[in-house]
Amino acid sequence: MNESIIKTLAVAFSVCLVCSLIVSASAVSLRDLQKENKLNDKRLKVLQVAGIYDQNISISDQFNQLESKFIDFDSGMLMAEYNNFNIDEYDQVVVTKDPALSSEVPASEDIAIIKNRENVGKIYILRDDLDNIKKLILPIRGYGLWGTLYGYIAIESDFNTVSGIEFYDHKETPGLGAEVDNPRWKSSWKGKKIYNNDQVALEVIKGKVDTGDIESEYKIDGLSGATITSRGVTNMVSYWFSDSGYANLLKELNYES
Amino acid sequence: MNLKRYQEVIINPLIKENPITLQILGICSALAVTNNLSVTMVMCVAVTSVISFSNLFISLIRNYIPTSIRIIVQMTIIASLVIVVDELLKAYDYETSKKLSVFVGLIITNCIVMGRAEAFAMKEKPFVSFLDGLGNGIGYSIILIGVAFIRELFGSGTLFGYEILPLVSNGGWYMGNNLLLLPPSSFIIIGLFIWLIRSLQKEQVEEDDFVVSKHSTSPDLTKREINV
Repeated sequence: MNESIIKTLAVAFSVCLVCSLIVSASAVSLRDLQKENKLNDKRLKVLQVAGIYDQNISISDQFNQLESKFIDFDSGMLMAEYNNFNIDEYDQVVVTKDPALSSEVPASEDIAIIKNRENVGKIYILRDDLDNIKKLILPIRGYGLWGTLYGYIAIESDFNTVSGIEFYDHKETPGLGAEVDNPRWKSSWKGKKIYNNDQVALEVIKGKVDTGDIESEYKIDGLSGATITSRGVTNMVSYWFSDSGYANLLKELNYES
Repeated sequence: MNLKRYQEVIINPLIKENPITLQILGICSALAVTNNLSVTMVMCVAVTSVISFSNLFISLIRNYIPTSIRIIVQMTIIASLVIVVDELLKAYDYETSKKLSVFVGLIITNCIVMGRAEAFAMKEKPFVSFLDGLGNGIGYSIILIGVAFIRELFGSGTLFGYEILPLVSNGGWYMGNNLLLLPPSSFIIIGLFIWLIRSLQKEQVEEDDFVVSKHSTSPDLTKREINV
């Protein structure tokens, strides 16, 4: 009786119907929570890299201390508005899939292997009580060993000194490349300089930095056992602080102050 | 009588009929998610609830499932449960779900889930099927947690993220074992577990598939070969 065609179709249909109802109900009812988690996860990293994270205050409240701005990479100008985008929802990684909003990076310049760069990025500014820029938080990304690392780098108001680095997404090997999340290693970035005579000099070297080295302020300890990830991070910094990255913006801001 | 049966279906899969060490099922996730205890625990809860509920639901409708499409019906139910678990994780434990990434979705392909559905839930009553799923899930969890304990402690010197053996890279004295951070090390650890369990429970040892023939010691043969 169970094997008749009608019965088979009826069972298949009702199982699918019930299952799809359950799946879509759970997806729809949890979507808002998931969206918020995703947003807060990135915001948390921004707050951490800015060095102002306080776990007793809700993330969205703290995030209001920061000013978000669009940045046009070609001119280096900051903009409050861009194409009717809501700045809180603008995602510079998502727009790289849209040829109208991004441009392909020429292979010779693409040292960080990002393929497409957004035409307009988004940065965060932390101001002091006198409304002067205290820190800039700049999104960076680049290829490591297994995939692209996404993160933020914070720089001080001299637009040359690193104040912190954080990665919010990567696929590096736990214990080796994933040590980019090691708090000790991240804290070694603080105080390092990016530009030496207008050239990006900061790099993650192989092995430990010799403190006697006169150029030690441009060097960061390598991640042991993760040469390719270390090189990826170096390339990422070189790319994003070059003229195709934030160099124009930093020059502009330097000129202003 | 019933109570004894209930106990059996829960206790047996723990060691005696453990799905990983006796049946060698569900190895993929045992390799992939065991480098960190807290992530492993979440995975164990996820797998255990999927097995239990898929057993329950499949057993509930077992008398209506036509044999010709039974596998696909089971898969549909399992897949839906896995999606629900995945959505719940993304909503309530985002950090862990990020670390587990694709492996939550891969519970669908975990042979233990399908195996229990086909071997047990298709024949037995709902409640006992649910318990069977629970028992097998816990059996799976015991092995995973054992592997994760060894891998996290000796690989990164921590347990549940708390530092136990301070690593050299954090200014301590312990040089982490990098092999343990990589998935293949689970093979070795699971292998050692199987060895341990089988030396304690001899009835688990399988018969040899073939017998290795002895070296020939016949002096004639040697002579003949030398003459050639």
